[in-house]
Amino acid sequence: MEKTIITVVGKDTVGIIAKVCTYLAGNNINILDISQTIVQDYFNMMMIVDLNGSEKSFDSVSDELAQIGSEIGVVIKCQREEIFNSMHRV
Amino acid sequence: MINIHEVVETNKMIEKENLDVRTITLGISLLDCADSDTDVFCDRVYKKITTVAKDLVKTGREIEKKYAIPIVNKRISVTPAAIAGAGACRTSKDFVKFAKTLDAAAKETGVNFIGGFSALVQKGMTTADELLIRSIPEALASTDRVCSSVNLGSTKTGINMDAVRLMGEIIKETAEMTAENDSMGCAKLVVFCNAPDDNPFMAGAFHGVSEADAVINVGVSGPGVVKTALEQVRGESFEVLCETIKKTAFKITRVGQLVAKEASEMLGVPFGIIDLSLAPTPAIGDSVADILCECGLESAGAPGTTAALAMLNDQVKKGGIMASSYVGGLSGAFIPVSEDQGMIDAVLRGSLTLEKLEAMTCVCSVGLDMIAVPGDTTAVSISGIIADEMAIGMVNQKTTAVRLIPAAGKAVGDQVEFGGLLGRAPVMPVNTFDCSAFIGRKGRIPAPVHSFKN
Repeated sequence: MEKTIITVVGKDTVGIIAKVCTYLAGNNINILDISQTIVQDYFNMMMIVDLNGSEKSFDSVSDELAQIGSEIGVVIKCQREEIFNSMHRV
Repeated sequence: MINIHEVVETNKMIEKENLDVRTITLGISLLDCADSDTDVFCDRVYKKITTVAKDLVKTGREIEKKYAIPIVNKRISVTPAAIAGAGACRTSKDFVKFAKTLDAAAKETGVNFIGGFSALVQKGMTTADELLIRSIPEALASTDRVCSSVNLGSTKTGINMDAVRLMGEIIKETAEMTAENDSMGCAKLVVFCNAPDDNPFMAGAFHGVSEADAVINVGVSGPGVVKTALEQVRGESFEVLCETIKKTAFKITRVGQLVAKEASEMLGVPFGIIDLSLAPTPAIGDSVADILCECGLESAGAPGTTAALAMLNDQVKKGGIMASSYVGGLSGAFIPVSEDQGMIDAVLRGSLTLEKLEAMTCVCSVGLDMIAVPGDTTAVSISGIIADEMAIGMVNQKTTAVRLIPAAGKAVGDQVEFGGLLGRAPVMPVNTFDCSAFIGRKGRIPAPVHSFKN
């Protein structure tokens, strides 16, 4: 399974998770894990998702989520999981 | 599974600490382009480069998007031009034509530099080597993206002092021919001792003759990440300091390894090496000098600088080696002046001199790099500085290099301004005592005794 990490960073506000989850559900993207934390007053959310069931490519999901992020004033980023595995797992 | 703290740490490195992959360099052999006719040869060179590298920039962008990590440069290195062009180029003008072909191929493929307008003359010069070297000033003045390098010595062969003498003159001539751009030509020209065949960094990248037809080499970076990590261990022991550098270097290098593997698969070109270099940029916080200060020095060049740099260089290697399956190139901390804001500041406040920089090159990769010297520095003095640096490389069995800019029309107190990654450099004073009777001697300095290992 090819996993993608979605991160959302910005000022906390109502409905961030709802927006992102609605988009993911609408595109048949399964959420495997979700967690959040506050770093230096900023809302940080991470989701691990599986794009395999979706008809959309990684590129378009990445662009569309970035667009949703700019509409609600947060930064949404999609990265393939391998960069984190490489860096943090021996 | 990956947790949020690991994700946040990686993204902080990328967004706040200038973590990036400095370069994906595609090495391409030009040996099969040989022909006795210059036009046919240049045509083949252009076709080969633009075919093999056609997807390089696109692939780099795709990887950037996939992992959200910047890949700052996409570059090409080719077989040393004096070897590839030996059959086709019979005059220096022919070599200039070859350089223009490389420039056109670089522009067509969208890479920002192409390296390999080079000659390997550590023991002697062929006719083609000498013609190429004499064509360098015009070649660099009439192209935008071509980089040139000349290997003048090695631990195995000694130092070719005839070539050292010639390169002093060539560097001066290059500075004068590109005077209107602050002698920019010299920023694209480097001389080496023990030049590696697989270096992905410019200006010294070339595709060695022992390499495969094409190969992907990747240069990582990350001085800002190391500096930030060291901020957390202020006042701790050397053991803690070294462990922190090692762990950080490991993480940085793993990203390089991932990008290299990915690029290799996407382009269908074998992976060569990762170059574990801490390569600074003029961006604030992306400085090797700042790491030295974080180790406990008031300013780069203060007593203790050479020791701090030696330690840094060694820990970067120790951390990086386990992170990559193949390590090569230069692999160490770079200490360019113009490309490192901390170094520039150290020169301006008077803590860093040319002589201290020379001492620092004994313990780091690579050498006297991107240093502006007065325009009236003689060719002989430049050759003398080169000879000193070559001797350090030869005796210590390491790569050393010289990339000096004798800024035409400028004196100590002036600055040269290249912009972008090449940055700006304050003109530094040079010892003006004469060495012409030494440099004027013909022949070679023999290889040192410890090179006889067979």
